[in-house]
Amino acid sequence: MKKIEAIIQPFKLEEVKETLKALGIDGMTISDVRGHGRQKGHREVYRGQEYNVDLLPKVKLELVVPSGRYEEVLRALASAARTGKIGDGKIFVYDVAEAIRIRNDDRGESAL
Amino acid sequence: MGKTLCRVPKDPMKILKRLSVLALLALPASLFAQAGMEVQTRISSLESAVKSAQSAGDNAWMLMSAALVLMMTGPGLALFYGGLVRRKNVLGTMMQSFILMAVVTVIWAVVGYSLAFGEWSPVLGDLRYAFLNHVGAAPNPDYAPTIPQQTFMIYQLMFAIITPALISGAFAERMKFSAMLLFTVLWSLIVYFPMAHMVWGKGGLLNAFSGGRIPCFDFAGGTVVHITSGVSALVCALYLGRRLGYPDLPMKPHSLVISFIGACLLWVGWFGFNAGSALAASPLATSAFVATHFGAAAAALGWVLVEWLVNGRPSMLGGISGCVAGLVAITPASGFVQPFSALAIGFCAGIVCFGMVTVVKKRLGYDDSLDAFGVHGAGGTLGALLTGVFATSAVNDGLKDAAGRPLPLGLVDGHAGQILNQAVGCAIAWGLAIVGSLVILKICDMVVGLRVSKEQETEGLDVAMHGEEGYIFEG
Repeated sequence: MKKIEAIIQPFKLEEVKETLKALGIDGMTISDVRGHGRQKGHREVYRGQEYNVDLLPKVKLELVVPSGRYEEVLRALASAARTGKIGDGKIFVYDVAEAIRIRNDDRGESAL
Repeated sequence: MGKTLCRVPKDPMKILKRLSVLALLALPASLFAQAGMEVQTRISSLESAVKSAQSAGDNAWMLMSAALVLMMTGPGLALFYGGLVRRKNVLGTMMQSFILMAVVTVIWAVVGYSLAFGEWSPVLGDLRYAFLNHVGAAPNPDYAPTIPQQTFMIYQLMFAIITPALISGAFAERMKFSAMLLFTVLWSLIVYFPMAHMVWGKGGLLNAFSGGRIPCFDFAGGTVVHITSGVSALVCALYLGRRLGYPDLPMKPHSLVISFIGACLLWVGWFGFNAGSALAASPLATSAFVATHFGAAAAALGWVLVEWLVNGRPSMLGGISGCVAGLVAITPASGFVQPFSALAIGFCAGIVCFGMVTVVKKRLGYDDSLDAFGVHGAGGTLGALLTGVFATSAVNDGLKDAAGRPLPLGLVDGHAGQILNQAVGCAIAWGLAIVGSLVILKICDMVVGLRVSKEQETEGLDVAMHGEEGYIFEG
């Protein structure tokens, strides 16, 4: 099993969700996060007081997929989230040691 | 077949005429005298009907205006200031405005109205109206001859409420609630009531319309409300010191949406504040209404335009700050100036106040959290001085010479000396605000302590002072 952790542009979330659904992936966890990589922030001015806002809002998407499918999911996710501009985000992949469905103690890939 | 003996004319008018001629012939002279008296009675009853109709119209407008001015404090100012602070201080900030609606009301009823509008010395009233004694349905001809004195009293109370509330913008996010309460009570007694008496009270030192030694024009409170509160705000900001982390930590307004609603309520409420200061539903009220609106509009444009040039972007906070600055500056002038003068005053205020909060504040380094001084102190002083320039007897002919001709008012009428009178009025308001606030702050500091602890300031006033939170999203 692989865990895919993708940090994407918030406005790309719907498109990515649709793409994953089309591949039959229906489990995922989403959180609103803030961060920055190479993308520069923006300047805000309140009555002459300047603030450089460099932590920008992003969406973090986490999902665990069977080892056999992760390449395919990864490619689809990346292309759905891509605009080609700085700030599109990053994807990290981890090996997952175990998965348990809390409801009935299913283990491994059958718990996904 | 009979013939009619007497010929009756067919036209009924003719009958009436004949009858009335007969009646007149029969009337003795005494009846004419009686008819004369009946006319007299009818005229005097008509006169009193007209008077009561005028009184009803004036009273309706003044009660409405009083309500509008209260709306400026809550929710207007509370929302405007509440949105400008950080999320953890929203309730604490709104509470500082709201509680004054209660506290000042009580002080006003006990002694405040009397000290401001009683008659004793040029700087303070006596206690003739203490506990609202003699303040009832009968008008007080010294102030407003067509409305019950009680209406005048409740209208003036709303000014006494909002003025100390304005100061809270300077000490926002760091003052103890108890200290703020004590400060406000003492400030009303030592600064506001004397200043209101000097400018508006009968025989007041600066009251141009009641034989003041220094005739100063302040229609709705440029000196009384805005200079006193704005300058006291600066004193508070300097005395209390900066907020923890200022100016390095981000202290962005937590909700400009809330501030926007507040500012727009202030704009609307200000019609009661300025046009209501005519104390009647008169043409002068209309003139003040128009000037108020024009001043606000021009100032919003002025602020936004300069900001656009300087920062490259026109901000909404700039727009609403500008409109408030314009409303402040037009306040003393509103009952004395023509619409285009109001546009000029507003435009200047927008630019000057922008400079005050963006350049001057940064250079001097004081932390006037919500710019109570930059907007009310600076805008109020500017407006008071420009009143001396633009005031004209074409708008307000309240000052007359011995022959009953209206006297020239400001520079535009050829009376340049009025600018000096205005400057002296401003200087007195500045002086009273500085000295009064320093003394009061010292007292409060000794009695209850002014600032919350560092831990409380970090935690936020909402939880630390009031034990509640403004926004709860979970659950």
